[in-house]
Amino acid sequence: MLRGLMGGVGVALVTGPVGCFIVWRKMAYFGNSMSHTALLGVAIGFAFGVDLRLGILISCIGLALILLMLQSRKTLSTDTLLGILAHTALSVGIIAVSVLETLRVDLMGYLFGDILAVGPLDLWWIYLGGAAALGTLAWLWRGLLAVTVNEELASAEGIPTFAVKLVFMLLIAFIISIAMKLIGILLITSMLIIPAAAARRFSKTPEQMAALAALAGTVSVVAGLWVSVAWNAPAGPCIVVVAAALFLFSHTWEMLTGR
Amino acid sequence: MNESRPPLISVANLNFGIGETTILQNINLEISAGEILTLVGPNGAGKTTLVRVLLGLLKPDSGEIRRKEGISVGYLPQAFEVDPSLPLTVRRLLSLTQKPSLKQMEAHLEEVGARNLLDHPVQSLSGGERQRVLLARALLRNPELLVLDEPIQNVDINGQTELYRLIMKIRDNRGCGVLMISHDLHLVMAFTDLVVCLNKHICCSGHPEAVSKHPEYLALFGKQAAESLAVYTHRHDHVHGPEGEILPIEPEEIHHHHGDT
Repeated sequence: MLRGLMGGVGVALVTGPVGCFIVWRKMAYFGNSMSHTALLGVAIGFAFGVDLRLGILISCIGLALILLMLQSRKTLSTDTLLGILAHTALSVGIIAVSVLETLRVDLMGYLFGDILAVGPLDLWWIYLGGAAALGTLAWLWRGLLAVTVNEELASAEGIPTFAVKLVFMLLIAFIISIAMKLIGILLITSMLIIPAAAARRFSKTPEQMAALAALAGTVSVVAGLWVSVAWNAPAGPCIVVVAAALFLFSHTWEMLTGR
Repeated sequence: MNESRPPLISVANLNFGIGETTILQNINLEISAGEILTLVGPNGAGKTTLVRVLLGLLKPDSGEIRRKEGISVGYLPQAFEVDPSLPLTVRRLLSLTQKPSLKQMEAHLEEVGARNLLDHPVQSLSGGERQRVLLARALLRNPELLVLDEPIQNVDINGQTELYRLIMKIRDNRGCGVLMISHDLHLVMAFTDLVVCLNKHICCSGHPEAVSKHPEYLALFGKQAAESLAVYTHRHDHVHGPEGEILPIEPEEIHHHHGDT
């Protein structure tokens, strides 16, 4: 239980700031597609006997590369392409996981997360990997923010926009790979988006919003786990519902105070 | 102007295409310090592409581009819009890729007449205010060349004239070169030194009055062009007498000539 709590907080501290960029760059659907692809990564991991995180990383990066390739042909819009890729990957992932007999029982765990099954090794992954992810984000911050505000302007001012966007995509893939076990494939995107959205109303600068999103995520994890224990309900969905309640509160606050 | 100095940017025999499609064909162009050059042309004429090639963001298929060594360029992109989910004040926008001091930020906002906007959210600015702030941002780089892609887009009619006047004032005070893209033909003619009419190739170029009468220009813009000619002669800092001689007018008078058009 304590490990679950620590793991959840560790994930929230990373998904908050990274999620802000997903909200600002309108990449929610992209994040969703990437996490759906992660199930295929789980299957790859089991089939080849490698760490599941590595499998997820490979499948997510694969999705990003295929998307970039198809985008450059400009025949279909990005959201259509993402819809095709994500659901294909999810379906293939489910088939593969079902075919690999031993996994059948765990499918729910992969889809919705199993925060109570977090082991010591997972914690190491979350905290060391999470620190690396936050470090990368800090290093990327200036350029990524400039690209987010206006890509033309950023490239005219000498920022390598393609490289910045690519590193950010890889960062999302990495975060999904370390967070998947806790929160599950179908709910990861919510931990990226909802705390960030809840933080918006109380922020005056991008940095403030990133910090508040990390805080909102942490509160969601702590309160969500408490609800989960009190009501004997699955932890992942409880965390998401608490996050959504925070978001609702931020909007009500806005209406009441007239901000 | 300043014919003696070498140009800031010059291109010769420039060609650019995407796949089989020709976007720019045999472009020759020169921009000098202290000079306002405006690119006009219909949609899809390649105006923005040409600017992106000049800025070095796109590589031409052939041709020569020469930029003054170490040239600093201030750029205003087309259709600047920040997502409402991003909390961004003017102060933060100005210090996005640079670290100007508060004094510098205030001085440059003052220069464009937007001093009180420092702590406003970017999304709350009107079209005209936003362009002024972006101009201030570009000026912080102390540019020798200002590149403005459709500067008066989303700016109301009164603001348009003011913004063009501001651009002229900046040019006068700083002596920088200005390269503008314009969609509107009416106003811009009064505020530019040179016009280049682009439709994949350069149809015609020269002083605004000459271009306004050029057959290719008239063919391209028709009636719209005829109107711009009328505006042009009344909006400049001089008028022409019966024999075509130049007569000076007071700056205040310029406003009162609108009714004539």
